[in-house]
Amino acid sequence: MTDQAQLLPGTLDLLILKAVSLGPLHGYGVLLRIGQISEQALLIEQGALYPALFRLVRQGLLKASWGVSENNRRAKFYELTAAGRKRFREETEGWNRVATAMAAALAAEPEEV
Amino acid sequence: MKSLAYVRSLAAKFFHRSEVAQDMDEELRSHIQHRADDLQRPGISRAEAERRARIEFGGQERIAEECHEALGGNFIETAIQDVRLSIRVLRKSPGFTAAAVLTLALAIGANAVVFSIMNGFILRPLNVPHAENLYGLWRIQDDMSESYPDYIDLRDHNHSFEALAAYNITQAGLDTGENPISSWIEEASGNYFDALGIEPYLGRFFHASDEHGPDSAPYMVLTYAFWHAHFREDRTVLGRVVEVNKHPFTIIGVAPPEFHGTLLFFHPDFFVPLIDQGQIDGNDLNARGSRWIFMTIGHLKAGVSKAQAIADLNSIGAYLKKTYPKDEAQVTFELARPSLYGDYLGRPVREFLTGLMLLSGLILLAACANLGSLFAARAADRSREVALRLALGSSRKRILRGLFTEALLVSLVGGAVGLWGSVFVLQGMSAWQPFPRWPVHLSVNPDAHVYGMALLLALASGFLFGAVPVRQVLGTNPYEVVKLGTTGRMGRRITTREVLLVVQIAICAVLVTSSMVAVRGLARSLHNNFGFDPQNTLLVDTDLRMAGYSGDRVPPMQKRMVDALETIPGVESVGLSDQIPLGDTAPQTNVFTDNTSDLRPSNAAANPVMFKISPEYFHAARTILLSGRNFTSHDDKNSPRVAVVTPPFAKKIFGSVTNAMGGSYKMPDGTRIQVVGIVEDGKYGSLTEDPQPAMFLPVLQWPSTSTYLVVRSGRDPQQLAAAIRSTLRQLDAGLPVFIQTRSKELEFILFGPRMATLALGVLGGMGAMLAVTGIFGMAAYSVSKRLRELGLRVALGAQRKELLQTALGRAVKLLALGSAAGLLLGILATPVLAFIVNQATPHDPLILVGVVLSMALLGLLAAWIPARRALSVDPMRLLREE
Repeated sequence: MTDQAQLLPGTLDLLILKAVSLGPLHGYGVLLRIGQISEQALLIEQGALYPALFRLVRQGLLKASWGVSENNRRAKFYELTAAGRKRFREETEGWNRVATAMAAALAAEPEEV
Repeated sequence: MKSLAYVRSLAAKFFHRSEVAQDMDEELRSHIQHRADDLQRPGISRAEAERRARIEFGGQERIAEECHEALGGNFIETAIQDVRLSIRVLRKSPGFTAAAVLTLALAIGANAVVFSIMNGFILRPLNVPHAENLYGLWRIQDDMSESYPDYIDLRDHNHSFEALAAYNITQAGLDTGENPISSWIEEASGNYFDALGIEPYLGRFFHASDEHGPDSAPYMVLTYAFWHAHFREDRTVLGRVVEVNKHPFTIIGVAPPEFHGTLLFFHPDFFVPLIDQGQIDGNDLNARGSRWIFMTIGHLKAGVSKAQAIADLNSIGAYLKKTYPKDEAQVTFELARPSLYGDYLGRPVREFLTGLMLLSGLILLAACANLGSLFAARAADRSREVALRLALGSSRKRILRGLFTEALLVSLVGGAVGLWGSVFVLQGMSAWQPFPRWPVHLSVNPDAHVYGMALLLALASGFLFGAVPVRQVLGTNPYEVVKLGTTGRMGRRITTREVLLVVQIAICAVLVTSSMVAVRGLARSLHNNFGFDPQNTLLVDTDLRMAGYSGDRVPPMQKRMVDALETIPGVESVGLSDQIPLGDTAPQTNVFTDNTSDLRPSNAAANPVMFKISPEYFHAARTILLSGRNFTSHDDKNSPRVAVVTPPFAKKIFGSVTNAMGGSYKMPDGTRIQVVGIVEDGKYGSLTEDPQPAMFLPVLQWPSTSTYLVVRSGRDPQQLAAAIRSTLRQLDAGLPVFIQTRSKELEFILFGPRMATLALGVLGGMGAMLAVTGIFGMAAYSVSKRLRELGLRVALGAQRKELLQTALGRAVKLLALGSAAGLLLGILATPVLAFIVNQATPHDPLILVGVVLSMALLGLLAAWIPARRALSVDPMRLLREE
């Protein structure tokens, strides 16, 4: 548990968008994909995922359709809409800017000041 | 795009709610299945895998709810959910719900009734175009009446009014070929309908162009109601000739249904031109000093302010006084609302209704306080449930919303029931004719304003009493409550409720006090000395003009009528008078001292009421002659003019009663009158008036067609009335008469005080009921909360007295406090009451005792059941149950 990072507020939506941007996924698939791409460092609580998915659908960033999963079960698949792709790009840029700035700030040494 | 998706999701959710829920369920199930697929491996069965998947997933219900919220549009849905839940909860405690709804229904119903009356009398404008700038001319020194020449001068010389119309109200005999009937008519100036901007429903109205001098326009316009009732909406009545006081009039039109003149209460039968009034009333169109026109009204011109119009009128007034010093006194005009006869009726009605509205507002407030404490008690009772819900993750917001939904539900249902009831009361009132002799209607049917007001009140009170338990819920600490039960912090929590209860009891005590003051005042004024004895008296009211009598034919007919009635078996005596004290009008005239030669109004020594009577009147009315002599049949046209006066008159003109006997005074036309007798003082215009000078003149010297016969007899009034009617019909079948008992006639004058007393009584009763439920709620709650403590005390040997003291001591203290405050306030408020109800005084030991007694009784009543419960505490059972 200790090696898992605490999820920053607001990052769940971005992670979901990222996961879905790599290809249509059902809810459980989203969880697995996030685990996979974060090398199991970021684990999402299962219950928190669905309200987030529904919110993104409501905002028109994701669209959902029923299909059949790799386990041969009925599942609801999510994919990005055009608006979702746009939002994903913007959020990624924003995040990168903040992350770079944070990293630079935290890397500062006494002699650089 | 985004908003479109939002709308779609909202719409989908709203219209396909179950579909959405199913979809969501299936998705969550699918998730668990997928997870179980991953968890399933050798050694773990499918069932076990699914169980673990479910545990990992967490509370499905909670997640489903969060998903619902994430989908948006849940406001309406949660509201519906809340309402459903509230209905379930309320149905579980029907007693509580019924009590709450009933309390509110009464309070809101009372408010709706009072507001509707206020709406009908004061707020709603007259049913004529541009009622907002329609004004009546009011002489501040006097009333709203004018003489015809003055009206013409005001009409033609003012620059402020679009058109100035005038009307007079009178009674006349109408003969349409069947039995002649006595009808109420409005004599209107030719420009009346045009000035008001009214269009006929049928036929045409009369206009200024129809007037060509006295009695030149024998036309008649029916009101819709009279056309409906008397002519059965027969359209062929147009052009028909009917007789009014034996003069032919042609029916030319019917007024629209909503128009019945410009007086609010008064519904005349038809309109005739004012110019014809010589044929109807016999007033002199040329007499400048005779102000018989009831009211002069008109619309202000656009851009003319009230002050400008008044200045304009006053300058005409000054001109009139200068030009006609003999007939005109100093006059200052004011503009008044015509609908309630200016301030004469308007002010008392306004003040009374405002007071009533305030009181009923207090009632509603008391009801809210009551319900607030009931809801608070309930919330406290349910604190375990609330704590449990909080502990299980429900938000405080959600719980509060639930409580508010319950409160609003109760208030809306209560409001609806109250309104429903009030509509019945109001319809009854609107159909009611309080005075059989007068065409008086109280048009107080509720309209959109009333419904809106009731809804507003219901919502406001719902929020008000719903807000009482809020702090309690917000302060709930789930762990404490679950651990300790609810008894822990009772002492402090009750304070708000106690304050509410004291306020409520005080309000109730105010109402009880004021209704008792009013009732006592009314009772006392009924036993007043009126200056005549209303018992065992019938009044026969007619006007000989209605059957075409005038001039020399009048006195012999009056004599025949008196003589005929005296022969009826059982009749003790019959008196005749042109008007009666405490009747509908008390005619007044200026009088002058004997040495005044300049008889202009400003030199008048007094303005007494005047009655023209037959010699037998005092005996029949039981008015006591104090000194001097009564009139005789020899006091006629050929003998010197004489009068009998009252002590206030004697003092005003002659300085003292002894000086008055044998002394003389003058009438405005210069006639000298000698005082030959003094009779006791009485009440003439109203019960609340100060002693007024009054004089009685022999009807033989001052003939009048207006005839009241005072018939004193111990016989059953109904039989006697029938006998009188047939006797008079033998004399002249064409003379309509109205017969009723003298006491009944007095009801007219007692109407105001009676209504006031009734209203206060009803409100007082409601206040008392609210106080009872309030005290009951408080006492019952306190007993049930302290049942365990009481049980312990019993177990430890407490006596009944101590037990009661513990259980109800506080309630009793609060009751005493509230009653004292209310009594004090009620006494402070009685000057307001004294205005309406004669002799309303709080300095009356009976009232003090009455209030204290009734409050104590109310307390006893309310505390009875809780006290029984406290006394029947069985410690063994209690200890077992806890």
